Amino acid sequence: MTCTHRPEQAVIEPRGLVHKRRATRRTAQALIMMVMVVLPAFGHPSERPAEPTPSAQRDSQSVQHTHGTAHRDTRRSGFEFMSRATQTLQRHDDQNPAMLWVRDGERLWREPMGPGGKSCSTCHGASPTALRGVAARYPAWDEALARPVSLNHRISLCRQRYQQTAPASPETDEQLSLESVVALQSRGVAIEPVRDPRLAASLEQGRALFSRRIGQLALACHHCHDQNAGARLGGSPIPQAHPTAYPIYRLQWQAMGSLPRRLRGCFTGVRAEAPEPTSEVMVALELFLRDRAAGMPHEGPGVRP
Amino acid sequence: MRIRTLIDMPRMAKIGEVIAIRATIAHPMETGYRRDSDGARLPRNIIRAFHCRIGNREIFRADLFPAVSANPYLVFYHRVRASGELVFSWRGDQGFVHEERVSLIAQ
Repeated sequence: MTCTHRPEQAVIEPRGLVHKRRATRRTAQALIMMVMVVLPAFGHPSERPAEPTPSAQRDSQSVQHTHGTAHRDTRRSGFEFMSRATQTLQRHDDQNPAMLWVRDGERLWREPMGPGGKSCSTCHGASPTALRGVAARYPAWDEALARPVSLNHRISLCRQRYQQTAPASPETDEQLSLESVVALQSRGVAIEPVRDPRLAASLEQGRALFSRRIGQLALACHHCHDQNAGARLGGSPIPQAHPTAYPIYRLQWQAMGSLPRRLRGCFTGVRAEAPEPTSEVMVALELFLRDRAAGMPHEGPGVRP
Repeated sequence: MRIRTLIDMPRMAKIGEVIAIRATIAHPMETGYRRDSDGARLPRNIIRAFHCRIGNREIFRADLFPAVSANPYLVFYHRVRASGELVFSWRGDQGFVHEERVSLIAQ
């Protein structure tokens, strides 16, 4: 076929063109409405992507079915959508502000707590390096609760069970510091696909949620992060939603934050009610996102605009 | 939370060389303009001044204001003259004082 339209539309089959264009326009209108709502959720206005993102990213099919097959992997980490300045900030540990939380996490790792006087190091060893690879295989099944839990939730449960601490919000500095120090041990480790059969139901729940229209704007995750990844929303690039760097130091938050906090930004952006951070719905979505990013290297704790 | 800093600079440099020094400190930089959920004003808690000295010589100074983000990150440049210890100091509201020291060897 002679390709006269713009290259990013080349993935659309000619027969469905008119219909798709109408749908695109509808989505575009909804996106414009969203701009006003979620502008702050998509980073600093001065953020510019380091390089133009390839149009191949728009092919949502290849994005979803790449791992485990011989297809070319078109998945990109959010890192590649950031400005060079922000990338530099993540790349150098002496500049990465997430390392401020890691420093505190290393202190907490050794600090005895609760009536038993136990610290993380009592069970896991003097150095957190023993937890290499752990962050790349969470969310995982928790025997006692008989449900999947995120890494942040697992840390909280561990502290409740062995240090008798009160249940903590995932956004407290202590939780984020410990999550950061555990995440750091898995730098460069490939994110594991979900294989545990007990997680299958939750994984499917997450997969369904990703493509279900939600909120007053009636948008699903995949409308932005599959169909329009690489495009711009309020001047900021839309990434492909691979949670490779959590917990993240987000420049907009001026602080460390968890994946549920980031997802809450999207939920409120489409004017939907966000699930509780440790709820089974939230962890199902996290689980699906992990499976979708399987094979990509873990970068956490990272920096995002 | 303890006070934590990140300082990024070479530990060795040639005399005459210009080096980049990057200093970050964990600090909330509460502006004093925000209110909590009960409507009570959150007291201002910012870093007011940053200094970097080698011996008695000041090589960089900055005044900070409420518009500066949390965990302020400062980058400045220094032409190396001699070996010495760089003293970084942050001073702010509510008696906040912090110092870090890094040795620089000039070759």
